[in-house]
Amino acid sequence: MATIVQRPQLSLLERSYFPAILGGLWITIKHFIKTLFGQTKVTMQYPEQKWDSALPEWYRGAPTLVKDEHDRERCVACQLCEFICPPRAITIKPAEFPSNGPWAKVEKYPEKFDIDMIRCIYCGLCEEVCPEQAIFLRKDYSITGLTRAEMVHDKEKLYELGGVRHGLVNKWNEKK
Amino acid sequence: MSLMPSLDLFLQPEIFLVWTSALKTFVILGVVLTMVAYSVWAERKVSAFIQDRIGPNRVGWAGLIQPVADGVKLLLKENFVPGGVNKFFFSIAPSLAMIPSILVLAVLPFGSSLFGVPMVIANLDIGVLWVFAVSSLGVYGIVLAGWASNSKYPFLGGIRSSSQMISYELSLGLSVVPVFMITGTLNLGEIVQYQVDNGWMVFPAWFQTGAGLRDMTTESGSMFGLDLGKTLLWIPMMISFVVFIIAMFAETNRIPFDLPEAEQELVGGYHTEYSSMRFALFFLGEYAAMIAGSGVIVTLFLGGWSLPFVPDGSQGWFWGLVNIGTFFAKIAAIIFFFLWVRWTLPRFRFDQLMKLGWYVFFEVALINIFLTAGILAYLQS
Ligand code: SF4
Ligand code: SF4
Repeated sequence: MATIVQRPQLSLLERSYFPAILGGLWITIKHFIKTLFGQTKVTMQYPEQKWDSALPEWYRGAPTLVKDEHDRERCVACQLCEFICPPRAITIKPAEFPSNGPWAKVEKYPEKFDIDMIRCIYCGLCEEVCPEQAIFLRKDYSITGLTRAEMVHDKEKLYELGGVRHGLVNKWNEKK
Repeated sequence: MSLMPSLDLFLQPEIFLVWTSALKTFVILGVVLTMVAYSVWAERKVSAFIQDRIGPNRVGWAGLIQPVADGVKLLLKENFVPGGVNKFFFSIAPSLAMIPSILVLAVLPFGSSLFGVPMVIANLDIGVLWVFAVSSLGVYGIVLAGWASNSKYPFLGGIRSSSQMISYELSLGLSVVPVFMITGTLNLGEIVQYQVDNGWMVFPAWFQTGAGLRDMTTESGSMFGLDLGKTLLWIPMMISFVVFIIAMFAETNRIPFDLPEAEQELVGGYHTEYSSMRFALFFLGEYAAMIAGSGVIVTLFLGGWSLPFVPDGSQGWFWGLVNIGTFFAKIAAIIFFFLWVRWTLPRFRFDQLMKLGWYVFFEVALINIFLTAGILAYLQS
């Protein structure tokens, strides 16, 4: 069934556009004056002001490596994160502990651990898969660089960003 | 002693005229180009404030060096010429769009006088005709750009522009006829002088000398007085003013009449295919046209360089400078109005635009002439 939409009947004054134009001008000048005298503030000055304090606990920022409370690395170079990473952002080169040394039981440590931040999609799968709770997504989101090489976070950088995380880790425990 | 002969040479009438005119030209060009740059800045700032944003604030304090950054950016861009364009017209079109608006400035009296030199570059007796003749040439730049680009959107923009100019040029011209009928001159300097003596066209209650209407009323009014003649003439003046300012919006392609460029429909209209400095010329030409147009509005209706109770340049160089400042301050106020309207109104539809031009403003301007004539005849009888 056809619906007939009734066009509003405009008076002569309304059809002259003037009331609507003046009304519009009044609205915009109010906004102009309010912003001019700083009564409206909606834009955040990004690099100086950030939303960081408002980021939730579970925010998925840059993936980083963490150390335990004794400043020892947690990663055992199992390479699970390397395998699961969807865009293949992680490159690990494992190395062996000497078999006659005190930490022979730990077996492996990452000699090289690179995350290419141009590739990373911040999915958080590496954090989820890590058996040693060694890799965590932190709140850093503004990862910038001038070259591609600069955008690859190496082990040092990853530890620097990650810091220390307390909690149960078994690998350095001689009894386990 | 050796200085004297050379000074004498500079003071000979012909040579004096040449170097003062050259000086005035350079100063005005400098001032206006700076104003162009800063009206772009103002455009961005005003739009930001109206939309509750902050606007440019990185380059310099409050973004005041932003125009320089914009200019450098445009200069450094690749000047790309698409294949299939008509090279000759494609390259001259931007200049054709820019030059007319600058030429208009030549006849605008931007101040009273400074050290006895009248503050107008060319004191033409046909000043207003010059303004209309030259400013309507600006459409050539746009039409040629649209046609030479050999692409459909610029072409549509060019066509729209020409039809829009034709429809609004008429009401623009007709709406100022009452001003000449009242002042009896086409010389812009004399029109301003008339407003100094008799109050601004749109605020006739303010006048300084109280001389009354020239040749028309015998008794002289008081400082704030409004005699019968002025009150009656105020009506057609206000109509003229409104029609003129609306037609000016259409002439300078500003919203609500920016159909030639209509970003959303025409991808930028006539300058779609342009880049780098050629694009910048269109851009600057548009703002220069806006400044020139505001200058014409100020000169014809808002008393030019005059302010109530402020003497002119014959009272000393200080007042001469004040007059010049007043003129540019008034232009700035009109430009603010242009910006304010731009960020308030939506664009008219093309048929609405044509209807408005031909059915409403043309008639109103025409009737206004007869109205003025009637009032003048009544006052003289
Ligand atoms: S967050 Fe996702 S994409 Fe980034 S490194 Fe971890 S697994 Fe790879
Ligand atoms: S970070 Fe975790 S998952 Fe990745 S190699 Fe090290 S221990 Fe294995």
